[in-house]
Amino acid sequence: MSIRTEEMILNVGPQHPSTHGVFRLVVKIDGEIIQDANPVIGYLHRGTEKLAEDLTYTQFIPYTDRLDYLNAMTNNYVWCNTVEQLMGIQVPERAEYLRIISMELNRIASHFVWWGTFLLDLGALSPFLYAFRDRETILDLFVKLCGARMTFSYMRIGGVRFDAPSGWLDEVRKVVKELTENIKEYDLLVTGNEIFQHRTRGVGVITKEQVIDWGLTGPVARASGVDFDIRRNDPYSIYDRFDFDIPVRTKGDVYAKYEVRLEEIRQSLRIIEQALDQIDKVDGPIIAKVSKIIKPPAGEIYTRAEGSKGELGIHLVSDGTTKPYRVKLRRPSFVNIEILPELLKGKNIADLIAIFGGIDVVLGEVDA
Amino acid sequence: MEISLLLKIIYGVASLLLLLLGVTYAIYFERKVIGYMQVRYGPNRVGPWGLLQTVTDVLKLLLKEDIIPSKVDRKVFIIAPVIAFAPSFMILATIPWSENLYGADLNIGLLYFIGISSITTIGILMGGWSSNNKYALLGAMRGVAQMVSYEIPLVLSVIGVVILSGSLNLRDIVYAQQDMGVWFIIPQFLGFIVYIISAIAELNRSPFDLPEAESELVAGYHVEYTGFRMAFFFLSEYVYAIAIAALATVLFFGGWLGPAFLPGIIWFLFKWSFFIFFFFWLRATLPRARVDQLMTFGWKVLIPLALVNIVITTLVKAWMG
Repeated sequence: MSIRTEEMILNVGPQHPSTHGVFRLVVKIDGEIIQDANPVIGYLHRGTEKLAEDLTYTQFIPYTDRLDYLNAMTNNYVWCNTVEQLMGIQVPERAEYLRIISMELNRIASHFVWWGTFLLDLGALSPFLYAFRDRETILDLFVKLCGARMTFSYMRIGGVRFDAPSGWLDEVRKVVKELTENIKEYDLLVTGNEIFQHRTRGVGVITKEQVIDWGLTGPVARASGVDFDIRRNDPYSIYDRFDFDIPVRTKGDVYAKYEVRLEEIRQSLRIIEQALDQIDKVDGPIIAKVSKIIKPPAGEIYTRAEGSKGELGIHLVSDGTTKPYRVKLRRPSFVNIEILPELLKGKNIADLIAIFGGIDVVLGEVDA
Repeated sequence: MEISLLLKIIYGVASLLLLLLGVTYAIYFERKVIGYMQVRYGPNRVGPWGLLQTVTDVLKLLLKEDIIPSKVDRKVFIIAPVIAFAPSFMILATIPWSENLYGADLNIGLLYFIGISSITTIGILMGGWSSNNKYALLGAMRGVAQMVSYEIPLVLSVIGVVILSGSLNLRDIVYAQQDMGVWFIIPQFLGFIVYIISAIAELNRSPFDLPEAESELVAGYHVEYTGFRMAFFFLSEYVYAIAIAALATVLFFGGWLGPAFLPGIIWFLFKWSFFIFFFFWLRATLPRARVDQLMTFGWKVLIPLALVNIVITTLVKAWMG
């Protein structure tokens, strides 16, 4: 006798604890094995690119905050940098250092959120609170620097809005020391855990070829052996002045991504330390002399930076007026998430959470 | 005859009330313990040190609107929480809290405990099936598969204790430890390890809380339940935690035995709280196992280990005479 079975369609999201926002995944499952997965995005679509066409160059800065809201500093930077490049503005050195410090702090904060929520998805409750405890110290620094915790709008075309308040740099130095210590707790609590290793090793493997075919970037690509980091391969700002390593793993599984991100936190701390040492010797303006009305020459440009999720790029077409003619945002989360259906086929539904969590996407950036 | 029946009823009602109080404060204890492990305070607003927090939580659950979704299988949906809860309370009758304080002195106490406790599985399956919800169904299927698979190593692991004590009566098992002069944790260490792991899986507690894995299945089998029906599922889970911890105390840690300067019940509660704490400790520390790894572990590791334990125990017992 044979038992008749049929596939079940399960609708994961848009309201689901592990989709981290409004992501929807329609999966066809046979028992608990995924036969087919169909991601549905767009629940958070605001038409940012179109909105940009009706805003002046400065007005668009707050909109970039709301793309990858966990990594808003880099978003700010890429937009400002794009316009500066097109206009040929030279950014003062002190502003560059402040930009680097805030961007790297933000990268750490973003990776903390990933670390905490990823482990929450795997069913471990405590790491989330440890990660948020440490992230809080960084957010406090940002509040003192620019008054905002997440949507900073700290950078301006030509520099930054505020200089570091007095004593702020010393506080950063203290926080960097604290975090260097606290990261050790992360390893003790999670990395060596047997269950954690079983859940992540060999799960959701992305090959090097797949990375290149799908255009994946960031920690996801570096976990699969693609040794590419824009901070080193195509240096922007003043990254060429710092000594840091790019962590690369070859396995391509979720565990490799975990290792890469954790190591990136350590490297970011290193960069901040060096930047703090160098900024002491740099004084001067924090914003270049830029006219009130920003009017880049007609032309087009593409610039990019290494966000916490991958390559964040902006393609800007200017027609010489005060408003951009066309803005194309290359959002790393949007590109990285596309490989998801291919990774999920034939996997257990419990792996769905681990694989999706491993890619690390922010829905504000996917939908833009 | 009349009086003894009355006494039994009083014992039953009193233990139900005590149990509710116990569960309320077990939850409070859990939240405090996990809170401190997670560098935060835990409940501290309602009442002194937040002592009334869980009481208000329970009251809130009881006062909530009772929602029965329109597409559920009504009868099954309503009866499932009762079927899940009732056995959890019934098994407590056999636990000897001290030399004189126990509900029923059953000759087959251990068998009764394990037999009755498996009825809960049916309640969970009924709840998941009748909810007409895919997550609930997946959760219930996982729950049943897990509880059935881990019941086997659980039963096998306590057989060593039964061989050593020669009885299924829980009081006699404690007396046997008194006679032997050593708690069964030492001669039955392997059995204890298997017992505690499969007990946690049987309880659906972290790291084996797959049937209600929040991040995967939202809430698992009780996703459609609200108000006091949900409270019943919740309650049965905690009562089982209490019962399993009590059984571990009796089987492996000598029940009420301890130096005479404290009464037996205090010793019992002390050891028992340690197990409760241990369950909470695990929850604060470990991620969740994956469903197929869980099954493999149960069938390929725990059951063989339990069998080895039985063989060794039997051989030693035969050799020692």
